[in-house]
Amino acid sequence: MEMKPLTRVILGLVCLLVAIWLVAPTLVVVPMSFNGNKSLAFPPQGFSWQWYQNFLTNPDWSSSFLNSLKVASIVAVLATVLGTLAAFGLDRMKARPANLLRMLMLTPMVVPGVVLAIGIYAVYLDARLVGTLVGFVLAHTILALPFVLIAVSASLEVFDRRLETAAASLGAGALTTFRTVTMPLILPGMLSGLLFAFATSFDEIVVSLFITNPYLKTLPVQIFSSITRDADPTVAAVGTILLCATTILIGGGMLLLGREPKGRQ
Amino acid sequence: MKPERQSKGAAIDLESISKAYGGFKALDGISLRIEPGEFMTLLGPSGSGKTTTLNVVAGFTDVTSGKLVVGGKSVVGVPAHKRNIGVVFQHYALFPHMSVGRNVAYPLTLRGVDQAQRKARVARALDMVKMGDFAHRYPSELSGGQQQRVALARAIVFDPPLLLMDEPLGALDKKLREWLQLEIKRIHRELGTTFVYVTHDQEEALVLSDRIAVFNRGRIEQVGTGRELYDEPKTLFVGRFVGDSTVLRGEARSDGASTALRIAGETVTAPRRIAGEASPVMLLRPEKLAIRRPGQSAVGTTNRLPGTIAEVIYLGSGSKYEVRLADGSTAIVRSPLTGESFGLGETVELCFDGADAKLLADDSTADATLT
Repeated sequence: MEMKPLTRVILGLVCLLVAIWLVAPTLVVVPMSFNGNKSLAFPPQGFSWQWYQNFLTNPDWSSSFLNSLKVASIVAVLATVLGTLAAFGLDRMKARPANLLRMLMLTPMVVPGVVLAIGIYAVYLDARLVGTLVGFVLAHTILALPFVLIAVSASLEVFDRRLETAAASLGAGALTTFRTVTMPLILPGMLSGLLFAFATSFDEIVVSLFITNPYLKTLPVQIFSSITRDADPTVAAVGTILLCATTILIGGGMLLLGREPKGRQ
Repeated sequence: MKPERQSKGAAIDLESISKAYGGFKALDGISLRIEPGEFMTLLGPSGSGKTTTLNVVAGFTDVTSGKLVVGGKSVVGVPAHKRNIGVVFQHYALFPHMSVGRNVAYPLTLRGVDQAQRKARVARALDMVKMGDFAHRYPSELSGGQQQRVALARAIVFDPPLLLMDEPLGALDKKLREWLQLEIKRIHRELGTTFVYVTHDQEEALVLSDRIAVFNRGRIEQVGTGRELYDEPKTLFVGRFVGDSTVLRGEARSDGASTALRIAGETVTAPRRIAGEASPVMLLRPEKLAIRRPGQSAVGTTNRLPGTIAEVIYLGSGSKYEVRLADGSTAIVRSPLTGESFGLGETVELCFDGADAKLLADDSTADATLT
């Protein structure tokens, strides 16, 4: 249907407003990170690179950044492996018990983070996992698993299982079939699950605040404590760096996965 | 029908194979021997058990009971990937993430064939199905017929002694289907492999097969060459499923040597009796029936039934008539071009020689699945 010019203008304006509303709070940190004064005031005054410098040289910042990177990488791999196995298993189960199990595994997405955090903290105190790498990895994997499960399940949904029958007739055992036929075809789902798992762990704050200690802090914990202690514009610098990094990562991922690979039906 | 081809195909023995899903018997005691190098077609309507039988041989479906021997070895309990049997599916089942060449090389890679030999055998298999120029394409870039030829190459490249085909041409249009039938026949002749072919299309079965096994309701009704099934059907189901036929039903009366049917006041006789107590029907092939104008003298025919022409189909090589009989049933008649022609609605007499009528037990309750 042909749209009237006036309608088109109004639609465009509304879209623009919504877009600004969604993006503006994120973009505010960019000018703030170049602030000449040690304050988080907006609009910023003066211009300097000092907060970026601080991020790179201050061990509090750089070590928490590396911690986050380490935790998120391990979580991404662990959650992808476990989530893919779970999705595969549920796909091959009878529908009723599978749906029940699936709901159970997705609960970390709907249970309030604070409730989960209290539970984890209580258990960790006894198990001496507070402030440990293992503790962070286990807690974040719980939160990241549902994303992998959803992404891989969606891929399996459109996967043609008759291809596995064909592979068997050609001489491939179950494991070889999975490696050579099933996995390559659900790889897009696994990769997007991996990406989501990484992002989930990397910016997780609620649970992390409970299980952190001075020896092991992740970046979001460091940002939070820094901003409650003193209004350090390094936070804005970190925010800007993360903004750029995630834009490149997600954008690149979308380009990579969105492209129709040759030979896909 | 098995010429001097050097036979490297496997023999298959199915012995009292049964498969039950809960209370439903998909296969009810199937016994069938397939000779090495034979082209055997499993023919039947959907749900008759032909595909289940194929899946049992391929190893995709377990049997509930019975014996299955392929190439002299019992394969009951042997998983599909260890049976070394080629399978072609109706839905092609090519791996979409691999090129044509890699698809065909797949079974060779699994068997550890070295690269030089692999290349040569892939090329040979693709040449055999006339797809040699397409090795670098992807399945999504090919038409249905091309995909199925690649699937065929993939199923024969590892030289299996047995090739199973499950309605491989079912998704293709008629012209392509007829051409590929001849291709499959040629490949069967060149390979000498045992072929087992599943179809619901009786014409396709007649074109391709050395022998045909007709399936109905989880049982085999009859096994034989196409000619045997057409000329000597053992059951009414086989007679009606293979080829066109006219079935005459009526009040039956038998004396020592012949059987008479009383149909809407007229009586037709056949010089034979049917064994047992089953109520007999007469089955007639279209070329065994003739049409006359009433009152015309009919030489050499013993039976006449009045009717009207309900449909005229011009076939080029002749004509096909549908004649509505007095009892409401329809007879199918084929007459050569040289014969007289009749118009729609014309009153005629249907004539046939009683000796040409097949007397069969009425199993019409058993062919409700006929389509």
